[in-house]
Amino acid sequence: MADTMELRDIEVWDGNMAASQALRQVQVDVVAAYPITPSTPIVENYGNFTANGYVDGEFVMVESEHAAMSGCIGASAAGGRVATATSSQGFALMVETLYSASGMRLPIILNVVNRAIGAPLNVNGDHSDMYLGRDSGWIQFDAYCPQDAYDLNFIAFKVAEDHDVRLPAMVHQDGFMTSHTAQGVKTMTDEEGFAFVGEFQPMNDMLDLDHPVTHGVQTEEDWHFEHKARQQHALMTAALPKIQEAFDAFEKYTGRKYNLVETHMVDDAEMVVVCMGTSVETAMEVVDELRAKGMKVGVVGIRVFRPWPLEQLAEVLKNVKAIAALDRSSPHGTVGMLYNEIAGSLFNTDTKAVLTNYIYGLGGRDLTKVHLVGIFNDLKANMDAGKPTTALQQYIGLRGPKLSFF
Amino acid sequence: MSEIKKIKNLKEFSTSSDRFEGANLLCPGCAHSIIVREVLNATNDDLILAASTGCLEVCTAVYPYTSWDASWIHIGFENGSTAVAGAEAMYKALKNKGRLKQPDRKPKFVAFGGDGATYDIGFQWISGCFERGHDMMYVCLDNEVYANTGGQRSSSTPIGSSTTTAPAGRTSYGEKKNKKDMLAIMAAHGAPYVAQVSPSKWKDMVAKIQKGFAAEGPVFINAISPCTTEWKFAPEDTIAITDLATDSLVFPLYEIIDGTELNITYRPKNIIPVRDYLGAQGRFKHLFTKQYEYLIDEWQTRVDAKWEQLQRREEARV
Repeated sequence: MADTMELRDIEVWDGNMAASQALRQVQVDVVAAYPITPSTPIVENYGNFTANGYVDGEFVMVESEHAAMSGCIGASAAGGRVATATSSQGFALMVETLYSASGMRLPIILNVVNRAIGAPLNVNGDHSDMYLGRDSGWIQFDAYCPQDAYDLNFIAFKVAEDHDVRLPAMVHQDGFMTSHTAQGVKTMTDEEGFAFVGEFQPMNDMLDLDHPVTHGVQTEEDWHFEHKARQQHALMTAALPKIQEAFDAFEKYTGRKYNLVETHMVDDAEMVVVCMGTSVETAMEVVDELRAKGMKVGVVGIRVFRPWPLEQLAEVLKNVKAIAALDRSSPHGTVGMLYNEIAGSLFNTDTKAVLTNYIYGLGGRDLTKVHLVGIFNDLKANMDAGKPTTALQQYIGLRGPKLSFF
Repeated sequence: MSEIKKIKNLKEFSTSSDRFEGANLLCPGCAHSIIVREVLNATNDDLILAASTGCLEVCTAVYPYTSWDASWIHIGFENGSTAVAGAEAMYKALKNKGRLKQPDRKPKFVAFGGDGATYDIGFQWISGCFERGHDMMYVCLDNEVYANTGGQRSSSTPIGSSTTTAPAGRTSYGEKKNKKDMLAIMAAHGAPYVAQVSPSKWKDMVAKIQKGFAAEGPVFINAISPCTTEWKFAPEDTIAITDLATDSLVFPLYEIIDGTELNITYRPKNIIPVRDYLGAQGRFKHLFTKQYEYLIDEWQTRVDAKWEQLQRREEARV
């Protein structure tokens, strides 16, 4: 039996500690992990909890991120609660197994502390790893601050382990900006935290020795399509309402409210930026300042990146006249992912909004309030002109030539 | 410790409760199925199994069918070892937390992989599992080639063998590199038990598998698995070829306990020339020409030297 940790109502935690504490409180059965900056402290903290009697599950330090997820898959198929953490290059090394985890419908929780992917090698935060996972069949939650990183872990377990969902989930947070920045985090007691998620309910567990099960079969042209289609159907139809249900339950439980699409001053907004991670909070400050000057501006934050909340996003953006999609990852060969997703969400609607794309913050480059004011000024010009007045894709905070295109 | 299953004779052994069904898609004459049955039938305990991508995997779990009457998992080519290690970690966790559904039964954890999955692409994963000391057995079905994908060379492919990626031709005798000594590498991990086995020497094999199951910690078994398709011999000759391998000492049968104590477990009464082993297989056909015949002599020298070395190690107890 693991010892209980006495927590203050509000603890000063960085995003990594917030995630580690959540993993401890839900009493994960197996953590198989490999350290990588900036997610390393999640694993270190968890090791520390284990060494001091606060964890009674298995903590397996493996030899690579690929092995970490491989071990998680074996453990999850065996029938118990499983989680790990990674970033960047390690996430990239895991990619093969991410598809296995989702294809085998195993409810593993992966904390991804977002970081750039080399070359050139870079340890700082951007969303390149997060974008790399977007077709892997996982649910992807996005935390904007340590409080979110804590709360979304509980929500992730609740959704992923639901027998109507049975899909793995990632909880993303920005490398360093969230992971290494300490803030006040409202806590649950160990008992409360565990009770929200509840006992793990096994399904098709290998360790049920009276009911042997085969995991990870071969399917060719006769069945592969049906498997993938059902997986996608579960992600798009079962997962979204279950996520909303979990958000509602969490609000009732803690008073803290999460939405598939987060909004700030969007109801009557004419100009909106759509972004993820810590940028959402920066943009909220800028919006408050510009509102004071009479500009009808707002922020939309993507809280659930996969499954993409297409209808919910279209709904909040329906009256907006100019939209900026802020991508913290280089699209390499097209426009930004958020631009494409937003365009796809709005295409069959009546909107006449002007949509433009900004690439920012690669490799940990700051996005400042001044940058955001500039973006809103661009949006004002676009709205007034009824068409883009700038290049479709621009870089924010880039030194040297602008390198914009379209 | 669970009781060791008593096996009196081959008839009884071959009709033991079968957790690997004859209904599978492996080639007629494939040694994989013989080896797997011998491993599984060596115990009455519950089994949690894994397979890396390869012939065994693609031929035994094609949806909606399965040949496995024991829990089984496949993830990818490189990580069958870690899949079963993860399941073993979960077993320990649930045992500790009192959540096992059958708390009185202790399953054995076994991973199977071909030589590609073992010597090459999965090498790091196996090494990690052994270093961490998971209580598991890893069985390499060593057919010295990537057979599932049509006969490409692996680091287990022996010198002079013709494969699709190291073919024999007008200016080449095929594979240029000697087979990797996987057993020595696994013994060097300090594993409590490693052994080479042959499906044709079933008593020796059962004894070793049971020793492996009785050991605490990671156990490595290297099983020679003659491949009728890629070694190019008739499907009915599998056991005969296997006997040629062990009796020519090309594939000596021995074990290493705790990384140091080496025991030779089979000494052929009549050691046959390596030439006879090579000559029975199409993959070495080109060696029987004036141009490449010197390689057969080199083979014999190499096999003699290895046998000498094994005997010295056994005698010296180091």
